[in-house]
Amino acid sequence: MIVRILGEGQFSVDEAATAELNKLDTQLEGAVERNDETAFTAALHGLLDQVRALGAPLPSDALEPSDLILPSPDSSMDEVRKLLTDDGLIPG
Amino acid sequence: MLMKGTAARMGVMKRVQLVFKAKANKALDKMEDPRETLDYSYQRQLELLTKVRRGVADVATSRKRVELQMNQLQQQANKLEDQARKALGMGREDLARAALERKASAQNQLDELRAQYAQLQAEEEKLTVASQRLQSKVDAFRTRKETIKATYTAAEAQTRINEAFSGISEEMGDVGMAIQRAEDKTAQMQARAGAIDELMASGALDDAVGGRRDDIQSELDMMSASSDVERELSRLKGELTTGAPKQLEGGANGNAQTQAQPAGVPASERAAEPQDGEPA
Repeated sequence: MIVRILGEGQFSVDEAATAELNKLDTQLEGAVERNDETAFTAALHGLLDQVRALGAPLPSDALEPSDLILPSPDSSMDEVRKLLTDDGLIPG
Repeated sequence: MLMKGTAARMGVMKRVQLVFKAKANKALDKMEDPRETLDYSYQRQLELLTKVRRGVADVATSRKRVELQMNQLQQQANKLEDQARKALGMGREDLARAALERKASAQNQLDELRAQYAQLQAEEEKLTVASQRLQSKVDAFRTRKETIKATYTAAEAQTRINEAFSGISEEMGDVGMAIQRAEDKTAQMQARAGAIDELMASGALDDAVGGRRDDIQSELDMMSASSDVERELSRLKGELTTGAPKQLEGGANGNAQTQAQPAGVPASERAAEPQDGEPA
């Protein structure tokens, strides 16, 4: 599967890693819902580290759409919330 | 409610991906002719490439401005420390303190600017990488576009176009966000840089840069000038008190003779004295 980290690029990640990524993603989502910035940062960075560690960067001329997309490392919780509702954060 | 619950269990990663995909699909739906999609998208890609390159240049300009201010503030801090040292040397602890307080303020600004500088540098790097990645994808898209146009029937082409379009559209969304982010950061820093320029212009942080003389320096100069005056004065005074007889002693013989003649001494006796000393 292909995972994009916004601002960083796409990674090809083995399907076997899905469970591990989902566990972290659930924590991330919980943090956003509880409005817990500390937990949010920890979960986001944990998730990004996992993707970077388990994934292989896709060639830069790849044109495949991603299966999963992750916020950039310096995203605030507020930005991620906007990203989820698509109120104009993605240009175009 | 059910929708929201479903979305919540989906996870952040999938939800973000769906938002991007929806965006791409919406753009695709607007196109009736697949070939139109390809050409239109390619034009947009070229525009975005120009935009991201301009973004890199803008961030670099901001970074250079911050760099310039850092240099100015560093000079300022050095100068203030020098002033403090001089003031202490002149026994003016109050003035030295004032200079050091001002130096601390310059130092604070400097620390803040260093952090901004690092941020701008990181932003510049990110945008540069993003621009290179986009360039690769745009090149790949162009090739794919020509292949699709040349090789496939309209029906076959549609699927391939959708794939290529979704891939590049996701990248474009990503790059677009990166540009927006960099623009926001740059705007913030421009505002702060402007404020620091104003501070420096107002002399609150002193003004080694503007060449205007600041109050600490003028007081030091005044003290130094007045100590020069004092030194001159005391030299002159010294000459007056201890130097007076010396001057007479070393002065012209004629003067001594004419002015210091004791009334009781016969003129003939005194007149003989110099004659004695003179070679015959």
